[in-house]
Amino acid sequence: MEQYTGKSIFKKIAIGRIYFYEKNEYQVKREKIEDPEQEIKRLEAAKVVAISQLDRIYQKAVKEVGEDNAAVFEVHKMMLDDEDYLDAITNTIQDEKVCAEYAVATTGDNFAAMFAAMDDEYMKARAADIKDISERLVAVLLGRDTDMGALDEPVILVADDLAPSETVQMDKSKLLAFVTEHGSSNSHTAILARTMNIPALIGIPINREWRGRMAVVDGYTGTVTIDPDEKYLAAMRAQMEEDEKKRQLLAELKGKETVTADGGKSIHLYANIGSVADTASALANDAEGIGLFRSEFLYLESSTYPSEEDQFQAYKTVAQNMGGKKVIIRTLDIGADKQVDYFNLDKEDNPALGYRAIRICLTRKDIFKTQLRALLRASAFGNISIMFPMIISVDEVHQIKAILQEVKDELKSEGIEYKDVEIGVMIETPAAVMISEELGREVDFFSVGTNDLTQYLLAIDRQNPKLDEFYDPHHPAVLRALQMIIDNGHKGGAWVGICGELGADLALTETFLKMGVDELSVSPTFVLPVRDAVRRCDTTKW
Amino acid sequence: MKSFNYVITDEIGIHARPAGLLVKEAKKFESAITLECGGKKAAATKLMAIMGMGVKTGCEVTVSAEGADEDAAIAAMQEFFKANL
Repeated sequence: MEQYTGKSIFKKIAIGRIYFYEKNEYQVKREKIEDPEQEIKRLEAAKVVAISQLDRIYQKAVKEVGEDNAAVFEVHKMMLDDEDYLDAITNTIQDEKVCAEYAVATTGDNFAAMFAAMDDEYMKARAADIKDISERLVAVLLGRDTDMGALDEPVILVADDLAPSETVQMDKSKLLAFVTEHGSSNSHTAILARTMNIPALIGIPINREWRGRMAVVDGYTGTVTIDPDEKYLAAMRAQMEEDEKKRQLLAELKGKETVTADGGKSIHLYANIGSVADTASALANDAEGIGLFRSEFLYLESSTYPSEEDQFQAYKTVAQNMGGKKVIIRTLDIGADKQVDYFNLDKEDNPALGYRAIRICLTRKDIFKTQLRALLRASAFGNISIMFPMIISVDEVHQIKAILQEVKDELKSEGIEYKDVEIGVMIETPAAVMISEELGREVDFFSVGTNDLTQYLLAIDRQNPKLDEFYDPHHPAVLRALQMIIDNGHKGGAWVGICGELGADLALTETFLKMGVDELSVSPTFVLPVRDAVRRCDTTKW
Repeated sequence: MKSFNYVITDEIGIHARPAGLLVKEAKKFESAITLECGGKKAAATKLMAIMGMGVKTGCEVTVSAEGADEDAAIAAMQEFFKANL
């Protein structure tokens, strides 16, 4: 039994096997070897493993997507067994006296180049298959874990660090917990863990040797235990049962109002979601609406700009699923820590202060208008509001309104139905706080993005784990800014909500109510705990 | 040696999936089975070589077999091409 302690993101326990995630971008080194026969044996063994992996994936794919779509894995199996391919690898090992990894990688490149050079679009595309099988073979030779798609049971995912583009592609039903060495408590992996209601630890010195071993992640103490003994396992299982009981108690709050014990103050309690599928979780936890729908997932999951139609379908589905409840959709918020390849954004020295969110939208009007068209079209099918991120000036709001009007005029002339939606801005820059009264006259609502606002107010990079100890989410500067935003918003005629992580901080629920906040939007799993906290408050004692 | 000619009717030509099936079929026989098309040649047991020929729809392929079971091999190949390509 080995134990390591790090920082916990979500208080919960998970028990399961470890899946060691490594990025596919590894470097294959050209290493000289003495014994070619030995390398060829390694190659043979790796081939057998790779083929059995493909076999498993094939069987699973047949069940999930049908035989025709699964056939590609059959073909991959046969490609791996191709005489010319294997001969070329073996020859490279023998002639150049190099390691099997290098021989596979160069042979894969050569064969892929051959296909890429063919004058047939279909055959050109097969270069990707060659690369795929070669990468699989190299991964086996390097002793890496297979892709998650081939897993039979959910796992504890251990990784150095995870990018949003990686987590978004993961099969969420296969995840029991995250354990990473890097990343901070405010990173997107952390947000994902909270949304999914699974424990996550950061700052753990991970080890590749853990692959496939049993482990317990204890989110209460921030401890991961490898090869737990029976006694420890029993204790942890008992704790899990207790958690379950608490969860059931909270479940009794479903259908109840979010109002203080004396009935003196009620607020809207909404959920933050990051994909269409999350709507289910929002509804299951009895959210009264969606306070933040991060539209980035449409862009992160895609390999090219998502079409108006794809976006329209996603927004419409969420609006319909929420059945008339408010759905606030935030327009594209990429840049900084959320990168999308096809946007071809330049590398920046200071990305958090860089070309991101509304700054991209206002300079790349084509992308912005496509999204606004999709949003307005979807508005006819439910109760949608649109929210704009990273605002620093009234002029930006004027520009947005002009573009929105353009899109509305176009839709009208095309005879396409839409509603006059409420619009709001995220208050997440110090500038927006300072001019919140003016902004309040321009828009229907504010939503305070406490994560970015805290980062900018305290001048602390939220991606840097070394700064976690300086990062105080309850800093008086943050709380005073909040009070200012709420007062100014109300003066200007806008209602004010909080959609950042701070909104779910139960220690502050009463403070928020006293400040006069109108809405809190939290991860679906925090909806019931926050409702519980609100219902325990009593305005007569203030 | 036995052989026959066949004009490919599959829209994408000899693509990955039938090529894979072809290899499977060809491996059942002892005889050396060869495909030839537009001056390119490949053993029917070599998947990547067959795909590398880039045989398109409308192309005429010569399939030949040489060895102890060449009659059976050619008969099986004829059937295979008709059914899959």
